Amino acid sequence: MQEYSQQQSGAEQLTVAQAIANLQQQSDTGLRYYAAWWLGRFRVNEPAAIDALLAALEDEVDRSPDGGYPLRRNAARALGKLSDRRVVPALIGSLSSSDYYVREAAAQSLEMLGDRSAIPPLVKLLAGGVEAATQVPGKPHLVQPYEAVLEALGTLGATEAIPQIQPFTQHPVEKVQFAAARAMYQLTKEEIYGKRLIRGLQAEKLPLRRSALMDLGAIGYLPAAEAIARAGVENSIKLISLKGLLEREIENSSSDSLTLSEPSIQVMKIMDSLL
Amino acid sequence: MTNELIQAVERANSSESLFTAVRELAAAREEEGISTLIKILGYNNPGAAIAAVQGLVELGEVAVPALLEQIDGYDYGARAWSHRALAKIGDPRALDTLIEAALSDFALSVRRAAAKGLGSMNWAKLADEEVLPSQTKALETLLKVCQDPEWVVRYAAVVGLEGLAVTQSEFQSKISAQLQQIIDTDEELTVQARAKLALEQIQN
Repeated sequence: MQEYSQQQSGAEQLTVAQAIANLQQQSDTGLRYYAAWWLGRFRVNEPAAIDALLAALEDEVDRSPDGGYPLRRNAARALGKLSDRRVVPALIGSLSSSDYYVREAAAQSLEMLGDRSAIPPLVKLLAGGVEAATQVPGKPHLVQPYEAVLEALGTLGATEAIPQIQPFTQHPVEKVQFAAARAMYQLTKEEIYGKRLIRGLQAEKLPLRRSALMDLGAIGYLPAAEAIARAGVENSIKLISLKGLLEREIENSSSDSLTLSEPSIQVMKIMDSLL
Repeated sequence: MTNELIQAVERANSSESLFTAVRELAAAREEEGISTLIKILGYNNPGAAIAAVQGLVELGEVAVPALLEQIDGYDYGARAWSHRALAKIGDPRALDTLIEAALSDFALSVRRAAAKGLGSMNWAKLADEEVLPSQTKALETLLKVCQDPEWVVRYAAVVGLEGLAVTQSEFQSKISAQLQQIIDTDEELTVQARAKLALEQIQN
């Protein structure tokens, strides 16, 4: 879990105009890469910033040794944070990039933007099902960013894609199973998928336990509260996950004014004990 | 006996054996084990650290001077655990340390542990005339911590304020006003909800 300092190591000294100019110049790739991140980090959703990021999504200059597009990756990530739906078609285009990490960033950003027109192109990345979802030889990733795609489909409410998503709950990679279970819970509200994630809290490897914890928070699965508190993971992450449970419960139980249900009080008591 | 337990901690060569050794050392509740228990807070092993914190908390005030002396300025993980132990013991000798941590530690896990602790000090350990001034310092600190940029630290400040309001009735109207303001304006639903719960607890 990363800790954030209160001072952002001088980053705020960059101005919006400077960041956009840095992004538009082509001689210093480091400056461009940083500017793209910065515009997303500080959520600069001005038209000029968005135009510059859209241009960066087509960049040909910044290439990694293996043919990847580092600037495009950062631009795609930033565009997800700016809540401007006019970037959706460009991000959909990035789903067919030759660079795995651009495709992954685009799927994550499309999830954040919440535009259902992304559903069919996202489902296309699941083509071939679990059998086709294999490791790329010599790379640390599968052929497609399945986790990001499945999570996006769940968040976007893609009930029409349930037949394509469901088989991924049996994928050999556990993180992919979690992502599929998370999406299936969001789409069906069936307990078995929430329980699958609770079992994930017992995973042997810490990153997997963290991942299950974050998924439970994302779906706001209330019956997981006690299991989250007991999981072998840092309190910081447990608190974020429980916050997800609490907010989902409040949204479901409150009408217009803030009212506290018995379960939401229980979740807060658990959170208090983890401070 | 204690020496053997300390050696077992030092010999531990797996996460599992460390956890077992720490738990046994903690259960022994021997003052000689304090320094070793504090060292464990810096091992970046949450299971062992939880057991060590529990041991230190059970030892209580005898562990406070060593905890205050051995706070690790370079390891925020260890620092968060020692502040959690100090907060749980609640010995008012830790007041200034907790105030400083709540306001200015760069690590949010340290700030949140300190903020919670400020609301649950064992004030009865102070001389009568020191109680109100010390509580006032804690109150002023927590009111500032309500502006922390991290939601979880503001959440902890609310928990701290609730604790203070329950023990010091003179603060109730001021704290209630602050909580109402959080309910109305905090940008995080979770923090608003905790402030609402605190307000209900205070009024009951």
